[in-house]
Amino acid sequence: MKKYDAIVIGAGHNGLTNAAYLAKAGLKVLVLERNSYVGGATVSRELYKDWIYSNCSYVCSLLRPEIYRTLNLAKYGLQVVPYGGSVTMAENGDFLGSYIDHDVSRRELERHNARDADASLRFDTDIMRQCRLIRPFLMRTPPDPTSFKPWDLMQLLDFGREFLKLGEDVIYDTVRFYTMSIAEYLDEYFESDLIKANFAGPGIIGTALGVMSPGTSYVLLHHAMGDVDGSMGAWGFARGGMGAIANAMAACFQDHGGEIMTDAGVDQIIVKSGRVTGVALENGDEHYADLVVSNLDPKRTFLKLMDEKDLEPSFVEKARNFKIRGSSGKLNIALDGLPEFPQLGKDNPLIAGDMHFMDSVERLERAYDDWKNGTWSKDPYVDMLIPTLTDPTMAPPGKHYMSVFVQYVPPKVHGRDWTDEDRDAFGQTVIDQIANYSPNFKDLILHTEVRTPREIEDEVGLTEGNIFQGELTMDQLFFNRPFPGFAQYRGPVKGMYMCGSATHPGGGVMAAPGANAAREILRDLRRPNTVPEGWTDD
Amino acid sequence: MKNLTKEHFHTHLYPSPFHSRTEPLNKLNQWGRWKGYLSADAYTDISMEYFASRNTCGVFDLTPMTKHLITGPDALPFLNRLMTREVSKIKPGRVGYCVWCNDDGRVIDDGTLFHLREGVYRLCSQEPQIDWLLTSAIGFDVDIVEDTHDVAALAVQGPTSCAILRKMGLNGLEMLKPFGIEHYPFEGTELMVSRTGYTGDLGYELWIDPSHAEALWDRLFAAGQDYGIAPMGGEALDLVRVEAGFLLAGVDFLPAHEAIRPDRTRSPFEVGLGWLVHLDKPHFTGRRALLEEKRRGSRYNFVKLDIDGNKTAEHSFILDKRENYVGTVTSAMWSPSAKANIALASLEAPHGKVGDEFLAEVYYQRELKWHRVLAPCRVIDGIFFEPARRKMTPAPNF
Repeated sequence: MKKYDAIVIGAGHNGLTNAAYLAKAGLKVLVLERNSYVGGATVSRELYKDWIYSNCSYVCSLLRPEIYRTLNLAKYGLQVVPYGGSVTMAENGDFLGSYIDHDVSRRELERHNARDADASLRFDTDIMRQCRLIRPFLMRTPPDPTSFKPWDLMQLLDFGREFLKLGEDVIYDTVRFYTMSIAEYLDEYFESDLIKANFAGPGIIGTALGVMSPGTSYVLLHHAMGDVDGSMGAWGFARGGMGAIANAMAACFQDHGGEIMTDAGVDQIIVKSGRVTGVALENGDEHYADLVVSNLDPKRTFLKLMDEKDLEPSFVEKARNFKIRGSSGKLNIALDGLPEFPQLGKDNPLIAGDMHFMDSVERLERAYDDWKNGTWSKDPYVDMLIPTLTDPTMAPPGKHYMSVFVQYVPPKVHGRDWTDEDRDAFGQTVIDQIANYSPNFKDLILHTEVRTPREIEDEVGLTEGNIFQGELTMDQLFFNRPFPGFAQYRGPVKGMYMCGSATHPGGGVMAAPGANAAREILRDLRRPNTVPEGWTDD
Repeated sequence: MKNLTKEHFHTHLYPSPFHSRTEPLNKLNQWGRWKGYLSADAYTDISMEYFASRNTCGVFDLTPMTKHLITGPDALPFLNRLMTREVSKIKPGRVGYCVWCNDDGRVIDDGTLFHLREGVYRLCSQEPQIDWLLTSAIGFDVDIVEDTHDVAALAVQGPTSCAILRKMGLNGLEMLKPFGIEHYPFEGTELMVSRTGYTGDLGYELWIDPSHAEALWDRLFAAGQDYGIAPMGGEALDLVRVEAGFLLAGVDFLPAHEAIRPDRTRSPFEVGLGWLVHLDKPHFTGRRALLEEKRRGSRYNFVKLDIDGNKTAEHSFILDKRENYVGTVTSAMWSPSAKANIALASLEAPHGKVGDEFLAEVYYQRELKWHRVLAPCRVIDGIFFEPARRKMTPAPNF
């Protein structure tokens, strides 16, 4: 059997990023992927003839520009195109739009509440301040606050310095920001229910918390700290679907001599005398390497692929206690034409942006109540897009692809496993909701893929279908991600590393965890670093 | 723009109530945007428009200027709590230039406060302020509304402005003192005239119900035909305001509410508006911080610079004699009226005393070749160009 320098388990965007930087450093790297295609949740799939679905992740903003550039993703075919605006449609026939044009957008806020239009500037400024605080640390390894190693102390000092640069108020605000609910936070700025409902959405996406749960204001920030070409908070489409990102990463990796094996599900990470030696596949094959990097979530990695006897009991406890609750579902729909949304008026450009159906924070909270009760939201929060209005590659001309991200969807229904009937009923709930706002919608449907946490876990491997590989709450962020004492990408046994979204700085198609893990691995190997550093904002 | 419908998105930028008149005059079709309005950047030629305002009369459509109406029993105490200056000194029928700060004593915006009638005020500002005004009004019995779209406004500026307005029928206008307000009947409505402006010259601002905007424009231009009246766009206005030494929010200082980097904000002392800070009056927002700043000293000085040579020092670094950085130019121009190379600049304290000499690092090009020059410059007192007519009462005819 051939021996590799490193084996990366999982060809998601973080695994591929990690592998690419290791390959760039001259390591012989093997990426193992359980599915017959790469990408994990960063994938484009043709599940209906001539339609391409971004069937998991669907929009791009967080992908770090330094990774984009140093992995040469443009050369390998990736194009990220910004899209415009968002709209929240209310039950009373009105709506709130965020238009691309800032004057139109401001006037739209004014239409609902003149004071809120003004307050939105203050809101944007405060969010931007928090983004500026966090962004320099996305591509850095979290320091361990209990460590007295010079490196950790220096990093902590750096963090303090960034704080001070932003002024005293930001220190107060930061603590509040990371602990408050998005509902409370928005109350400090806005009066209009619809405006608050519109801004609250990003506070719960991918999170098994309600808008009134503490910690959700950070989740909003997590969705605002990306950029498209320096335009902070902007989102775009990967042309050809999200798979274009993973495919470009894979091409870069292979160009640097990397090897990808698909249909190669890992059964076990082999540990001998306290260090990893390789992996055993489900088909019985074994591959050997001094390093094994897992792009999988910690529950899957440590509780399924490793022998618990190889781990410290306290570590196993940490993995068991890791919060990775499913809360989201997804519908991917092939449409025979463009659905109409009469309440938006004629030729409203916002149909090309994110669409939501919501009119108050209370209604959003009620959607969460259903999740707590063990069922999907009967009146769900959706983040719905028609990428084909921007991207001509995903459906035939005149036809459309609709991506509908849905919250809340529990990992189990009333404590039992999902059935196909449950899944279909959930899909129907979402379709009915959309049809309430779009009279011709149902008639246009050619094909629907409905994904509950069950499908997401089974196909992508994310435990409970949690899209962020673990909740983005304060207790699981920064030096506590995934577990206290294990935030520096090193696993519990020698030669074992973690590079998934379960590590700092968390989920979303950011690729920073994969890159950060590569830097730590190269540091341990005393190899020159290939991961970009110091690309901070000024 | 009352009663906005949800279809407003079809119109990206709204026409001002004068649009039917300004549009045919805009020979260059050069429109910019100003707070959601379509606003002429230039009509014919920036230089000619500039000289109209200094030689005859330039007319600028200032409708998009943010306006707030402040009324109620506590209007005065509220404004005195908001503003750094003593507002009770602004009597009915008078206008006062004001600046207001956040709790940290950093400038949120500057603007003009019109004491329209006893206890009735209009605040004009560059940035929308309704959220801050309402927040500041907690505990005061006041009514505050933003009425930007309910008032059409024109700036009529230049040596012949008074003569034109008198010819239009505004009798006795020559007796209106600078910063005074007068009301005239106008075709069944009321025309308010204030002797104010952004040009540092003889000039007036006219305020009227938008339904009468076109009639006002027509009457004004008919009266001004023999007096060199000409429309003036935003670019020409920006030249005269620098000559007058007036600040522009977002250019010469960053409004505190927009600052992501908190050290970018400035106190009134740091933007040359210390004269508007009346620390001897009772508590106002920012007073504690400004008292402390007075004790410890400011971080920046805002200065007017007279620069050698004729190369405009736009965005120049200002260096000391050893070529160390001491500050940045915020606005700069060649002043055709002062025949001087002038600039407004923010310098790090203690630099910036009157008479201090520096070097302006100027980049300029001649026929596509770029040059760098370190132009000696000095801090001056007073205004770059201030014609006597600006303050004369009765106002001269030209």
